[in-house]
Amino acid sequence: MKSSKVPQHNISTYGDNKKAIYAVGTDGRYTRVCSSGWKVEEAATKQALDELTRLAILARKDVLAGKASPLYFHMYDRRMDVQTLAQATGLFKWRIQRHFQPRVFARLPEKILARYTDALGISVAQLCQLPQEEGAGAQ
Amino acid sequence: MPNNVFEHDHFAHCESGVMSLLLRHHGLELSEAMVFGLSGALMFAYIPFVKLGGLPLIAYRSMPRAIIKGLRKNLGIGMKMVNFSNPSLGKKALDEVLDAHQVVGAQTSVFWLPYFPEEMRFHFNAHNLIIFGRDNNDYLISDPVFEHPMRCPSNDLQKARFVKGMMAPKGLLYYPEKIPEQLDYAKIIPKVIRKNARAMLKTPVPVAGLGAMRLLARHLGRLDKPGWLTQLRQRPQTMKISDCGVARSQRPQYPDNSRYARLFMGHIVRMQEEIGTGGAGFRFIYASFLQEAGELLGCDALLQTSQQLTLVGDQWREFALMLVKAIRIKDDRAVDFAALRRKLESIAEAEAEVYRDLLKLTRNNKIS
Repeated sequence: MKSSKVPQHNISTYGDNKKAIYAVGTDGRYTRVCSSGWKVEEAATKQALDELTRLAILARKDVLAGKASPLYFHMYDRRMDVQTLAQATGLFKWRIQRHFQPRVFARLPEKILARYTDALGISVAQLCQLPQEEGAGAQ
Repeated sequence: MPNNVFEHDHFAHCESGVMSLLLRHHGLELSEAMVFGLSGALMFAYIPFVKLGGLPLIAYRSMPRAIIKGLRKNLGIGMKMVNFSNPSLGKKALDEVLDAHQVVGAQTSVFWLPYFPEEMRFHFNAHNLIIFGRDNNDYLISDPVFEHPMRCPSNDLQKARFVKGMMAPKGLLYYPEKIPEQLDYAKIIPKVIRKNARAMLKTPVPVAGLGAMRLLARHLGRLDKPGWLTQLRQRPQTMKISDCGVARSQRPQYPDNSRYARLFMGHIVRMQEEIGTGGAGFRFIYASFLQEAGELLGCDALLQTSQQLTLVGDQWREFALMLVKAIRIKDDRAVDFAALRRKLESIAEAEAEVYRDLLKLTRNNKIS
């Protein structure tokens, strides 16, 4: 890639930061060029984020309908899935999935709740309810 | 409060950037490209049965920490590397090191670092950065993928250093202890190039090297056909107890194949471009290394392979563009998976050519 061809698309996912890209200068030697982003990269990052948001919105509906516990929503809200959550808490996946049932979740001891709050970085009070706004995810 | 003098610089990749900065701090000038090349960390890996966030593992470099360990081995640098099982001991050790006016590399998660852009904060646990000082409750951080030095509150850094999960950092701290006084590049460079090229060409199982690239191409070509490889393993998570007695085939299915195909393609692009690879999944960095090595040893053939690899890198960028265009197409039947497969196969062929040339060049571990 020529250094003059390094994309400078000011993509939003960088949040005003720049990334170093290796490119060939006019003299044929490699240099590091600051890039404000490539749209192709932005599309891929956004897609991954959108998928997590979509899952969080679906999860919110399930929680509101009484089909799942708030834990299910918070997992996606914090950009995790069952595998990541299991590794972060040290619980088995099947236990976590069982805790997605509202009936089971309601009876969880503090010790287990603490493992979840620790892994998710939220308080117990936050964990036990849904946040107010629709789609206010992943903050 | 210790405030060590430290010169920050902006690099493409975290681990090679950290090592380049640390070595410079200790008096060994080595560019990021040289660090990356000399550690022999260029790779391609595709492991369909190891899932990250429901998607298979794809990497354009070898394992995290491979750059640190590769340098240690190939250059004979004495590295101090410590893990901690106890977070508070880890914090104490960090403070002690900083008080002793050392700067230190650390492995962290990306998600818990507040200075990262919100949209980049994923649960990736193998990020590397340098901690060079302390100011009240903040740590002073030189993160090579950022233009300027950063600050991070100690609680957040603590969390980032001690997350659990895949590739958990376990509070890893590292710094060079012994730097060799003289480096015989004429000896080292051909050896590491040869080793890397061999690993790319001759890894026997198709999870790494060019075999993996061709396997990925094949799988890409049949993304439109449902199968065990092409199923999204993210939902359903609220499986009811009553489902357990039902045969697997009769449980509620989420045959969202086209969504999986799109996520899969986006995942390839992210691994190639998003995660600080210097463009084209480290191919440009390696080409830069070949160029520097060629100039150092006065070898024109290496300069030529560098140019060749640059062309391969350009093809990778074209491939990323094709993938993103395919993601945007709404109608599944209109996505030409066969064309994507052909593109990736042609890239693999072009890259194999580069490595074959490198093998020929470095016969008997000498540049000929």
